Amino acid sequence: MLLSVQDLCITRSSQVLLANVSFDLASGEALILKGPNGLGKTTLLRVITGLQPALSGKIITQEDIFVYAAHADGVKPSLTVTENLQFWADIFDSKDVSSALSAFDLNELKSSFAGLLSAGQKRRVGLARMLISNRLVWVLDEPSVSLDSASILQLEAVIKQHLQNGGGALIVTHADLDLGPRCKTLHLDEYKSKSPVYDHCAEAFL
Amino acid sequence: MSLWEYSNPVKFLKLSSRVLPWVSALSGICLILGLFWGFFWTPDDYRMGSTVKIIYIHVPAALMAINAWFMMLVASLIWLIRRHHVSALAAKAAAPVGLVMTLIALITGAIWGQPMWGTWWAWDPRLTSFLILFQFYIGYLALWKAIENPDNAADLTSILCIVGSVFAVLSRYAVNFWSQGLHQGASLSLDKEKNVADVFYHPLLLSIAGFIFLFLALVLIGTRSEIRMRRALVVAARRMPS
Amino acid sequence: MRAVLLRDLKLAMRLGGGFGLAIMFFLIVTVLVPLGIGPDLALLSAISSGILWVGALLACLLSLDRILSLDYEDGTLDHLAISPLPLENVILAKATAHWLTTGLPLGLASPLLGLMLGLPLEGFFWLLLSLVFGTPALSMIGTFGATLTLGLKRGGLLLSILVLPLYVPTLIFGAEVARRGSIGIELQTPLWMLLGVSFGVVAVLPFASSAVLRINLR
Repeated sequence: MLLSVQDLCITRSSQVLLANVSFDLASGEALILKGPNGLGKTTLLRVITGLQPALSGKIITQEDIFVYAAHADGVKPSLTVTENLQFWADIFDSKDVSSALSAFDLNELKSSFAGLLSAGQKRRVGLARMLISNRLVWVLDEPSVSLDSASILQLEAVIKQHLQNGGGALIVTHADLDLGPRCKTLHLDEYKSKSPVYDHCAEAFL
Repeated sequence: MSLWEYSNPVKFLKLSSRVLPWVSALSGICLILGLFWGFFWTPDDYRMGSTVKIIYIHVPAALMAINAWFMMLVASLIWLIRRHHVSALAAKAAAPVGLVMTLIALITGAIWGQPMWGTWWAWDPRLTSFLILFQFYIGYLALWKAIENPDNAADLTSILCIVGSVFAVLSRYAVNFWSQGLHQGASLSLDKEKNVADVFYHPLLLSIAGFIFLFLALVLIGTRSEIRMRRALVVAARRMPS
Repeated sequence: MRAVLLRDLKLAMRLGGGFGLAIMFFLIVTVLVPLGIGPDLALLSAISSGILWVGALLACLLSLDRILSLDYEDGTLDHLAISPLPLENVILAKATAHWLTTGLPLGLASPLLGLMLGLPLEGFFWLLLSLVFGTPALSMIGTFGATLTLGLKRGGLLLSILVLPLYVPTLIFGAEVARRGSIGIELQTPLWMLLGVSFGVVAVLPFASSAVLRINLR
């Protein structure tokens, strides 16, 4: 088991968004999270990766297992594609930038400045960081936004390969990604919090 | 039954509503007595003349300016360690009071300094330290104002208060080193001989007590209105269609 | 940690703002002061070390909000927060990069500007030394201020209000070293105090800053 989430409640500025979310993610599995805008999907991902505290509930997982890709990819416009990726390779202590470049078909762009890339190309640079990180669980927030159909196929292939290698993926998306047989979908609507303010400290003020 | 029970906002409100009238009354009595005694029933100083009487405002205000920051430091530590909201809000409520006390100390100091030293302002270590303290209060309050999320604001201002305290002490030493000043030594101290004659001493103590109670009363009022404000926000959030 | 440092240096050089802006501002301040005070070189010479320290401090202040704001907006800090690199190291690397692109060049440029203000010759070495030893504290305290105001609208002015009182000890000891150096009197005490402040700040503030950063990322 890579990740087990039990009875998780999450808040955004002291409003409870989702209550009692529970799911498991096994090695080789992908879990797609669906739900309307403003439900708290991004917040959920940030809580799971540990960027934000949860109100209550348990997240059982290992240390240093996540890598996160979101709308903001940390791609620096004044660095080249290779320099951008090499930076993350140094941070995550992995040497291999070239395979990540070819997996997202970035070889032709590798020495151009990231500021000159289109939105979709920048997205691919951001996603290539996943491969460099060598982390087991990929947490992807809308990975297919601004990708063309060829790039989406690449993304699917890369994720499938990652799953075959024993990794896992947690994906928030509105698109229909084909990730093979070991892909579950979780509709988050059913966890939507009934009472928006439940915050125990907010209670204490009344 | 422990002290921490009153970290619950509701209990705090109940307790403070009972305590507040007494504290306010004590503050009023001490201040009126102390100031009247000081202003009208003490002789003029043989050297300073009647200007000495500003001591009954200047010294207590200066004391409270420093003690208010110290109280904010303790409250910030309690918030960071025990996460009691009342503590963070009390720190927030104390800051404007401390700021005004600092201003009073600076202004009365200037008024006193003009006839005594012949200048409204001197870059004396004590004066300069108070100017720096004033800046710390301004920064602390500005940070509270700037951050929307109340818990984040409480966390960040607490850390600023702790780091600021270290730098305030450091600045005090730096400023001492930088200039030997005109200002006399401390008027009151526990270990040294008294610097102030008895006739001035007793009304001064009374007036200091008055300022302490005044500070307590103002902080209680401030904390109560902060709690009510938070309560209003919670109620408003409940009513909002989700 | 080296990676963050090298990348920040590279970004500062490519964007061009890093070195140039602070030095230009430093130059402007040192030109404006004589214009305001008058051309009396004896007077200027007496206050030159102070002017240069205040100018360097203001120039340093100018570039503080660039230390972290770009990395905050484009998500780099989020990704670094879940990377194997501790946030304390990220903070330290960023402060070091700021020092290398701002404090150190300011220190190195100061003798030249000292010449324009009639700084006595024996003061040049101590001015340079005091700035080189003092500006690390300015960069580190500034980084702490930058983490506090991260993501706030109009954070720039707030940043200055927060940071200025924290700069007082560094300014006093640094300028005192430079002043005493320029008139050739004993300067051991302020020099050791300046070093003490710098080392203390660099040792302790990364922890406070990373705690603040974690709060601001959530």
